[in-house]
Amino acid sequence: MKVKELLFKPIFEDNPIALQILGICSALAVTSSLKVTLVMCIAVTLVTGFSNFFVSLVRNHAPSSIRIIVQMTIIASLVIVVDQVLKAVAYDISKQLSVFVGLIITNCIVMGRAEAYAMKNPPIPSFLDGIGNGLGYSAILIGLAVIRELFGTGKLFGIEIFSLATEGGWYISNGMLLLPPSAFFLIGLFIWAIRAVKKDQVEANEFKIAPNTKVKEA
Amino acid sequence: MSNKDSIQKTFIVAFLLCIVCSVIVSTAAVMLKPAQIANKSKDFKINILKAGGLYEQGIADGQSINEMFESVTTKLVDLETGEYSEAVDLETYDQRKAAKDPKLSTDLSAESDIAKISRLEKYAKVYLINEGEQVKKVILPIKGYGLWSTLYGFISLESDLTTVSGLTFYEHGETPGLGGEVDNPSWKAQWQGKKVYSESGDDVALTVIKGKVNSNTPDGEYKVDGLSGATLTSRGVDNLVKFWMGNMGYAKFLSNLKSGEV
Repeated sequence: MKVKELLFKPIFEDNPIALQILGICSALAVTSSLKVTLVMCIAVTLVTGFSNFFVSLVRNHAPSSIRIIVQMTIIASLVIVVDQVLKAVAYDISKQLSVFVGLIITNCIVMGRAEAYAMKNPPIPSFLDGIGNGLGYSAILIGLAVIRELFGTGKLFGIEIFSLATEGGWYISNGMLLLPPSAFFLIGLFIWAIRAVKKDQVEANEFKIAPNTKVKEA
Repeated sequence: MSNKDSIQKTFIVAFLLCIVCSVIVSTAAVMLKPAQIANKSKDFKINILKAGGLYEQGIADGQSINEMFESVTTKLVDLETGEYSEAVDLETYDQRKAAKDPKLSTDLSAESDIAKISRLEKYAKVYLINEGEQVKKVILPIKGYGLWSTLYGFISLESDLTTVSGLTFYEHGETPGLGGEVDNPSWKAQWQGKKVYSESGDDVALTVIKGKVNSNTPDGEYKVDGLSGATLTSRGVDNLVKFWMGNMGYAKFLSNLKSGEV
């Protein structure tokens, strides 16, 4: 496996959010401000990378009956460490992220990569795969956050870009973009855009809707 | 069945993994503790300054916060008599710990405990901002139960001791996006200028209502918008303001302060 492929394939071709539809929950919750989003992205990328690394290290020793628990223990420990570090160095942001740092434990991407990749591959490729998937997650989140913060509040990183109508400017902010459901619509649009370019990601229909049945003569 | 799936191996792996992980987690927790405590106390001070309207946005380094904090005088108040007290050392007195200490707190009966704090400490730390001899603002610590958690915060009053100049919570565990909106600056801003006590007497008139307060609302100066989607948190805030501004809380101290007896 090539390093480049491991790192960059998950960004467009095999994106965990857009193709695998994993990790949507935190993508909705933390993307209303870019600064918070960036911290979340760094945290998730590091946790995914290192949890893949450690899970891969113990993969030949972990009994299959408790392998999920082994993975969870490793992931949970890493997340607690990240949470503690955030509380010590970035207290304000850790307050804003509140429960969502803790919820990285249940982020489907981390668990999914541990089970799907790290259990079968050596540590270094696993680490790269984790970082790559973290980057894929980050790419979507940053895209969401830029749109949501810019059009929702007229600011980026809290710095005014559009002058708001309420403060005598011209831009009327779209309050809906600050609410979590807006991220759903945006993710949908992203998936549409990616699949419009990369046609091979379009899934085959699982079933066909039958035409309306004709009324039979009695 | 391969060797790694034997019962013995399963136990050994589980045990070793737990040991290693717990060592890593506890080392991180212990090493980072001092920085976290420093952050917490800084945040505490920032919140006092914010409640008092002294905080300048964007300032975060410890030294300038300490400088700003110099204009704040800390006093200990005996809640029962409403007078200043020196019964315990101000520096080391921890109000939150005191509420759990049987020597420094009293049990609250069910009907008087509207804020659901179960025990009330005897002494409270209050923060005064003076201008010359005159008290300009009083910042009072408040707490009470919302939906999931106890909310800890401050309420600050103008020199007339009934007009609210600010309200802020520095610690709570309410649902982000719903009850967590107690941190929302625009919600906090509408507390400003509200009146705690009615003109006639000592009753706490300030209340959080369901829905919006506008200029047509009767007695609008005593009412604050409830948080939508967070009825129980709003009720909790309502109750805790009523409790702490009432007779069990700071009412005696405030009336003493008004008449100049302390």
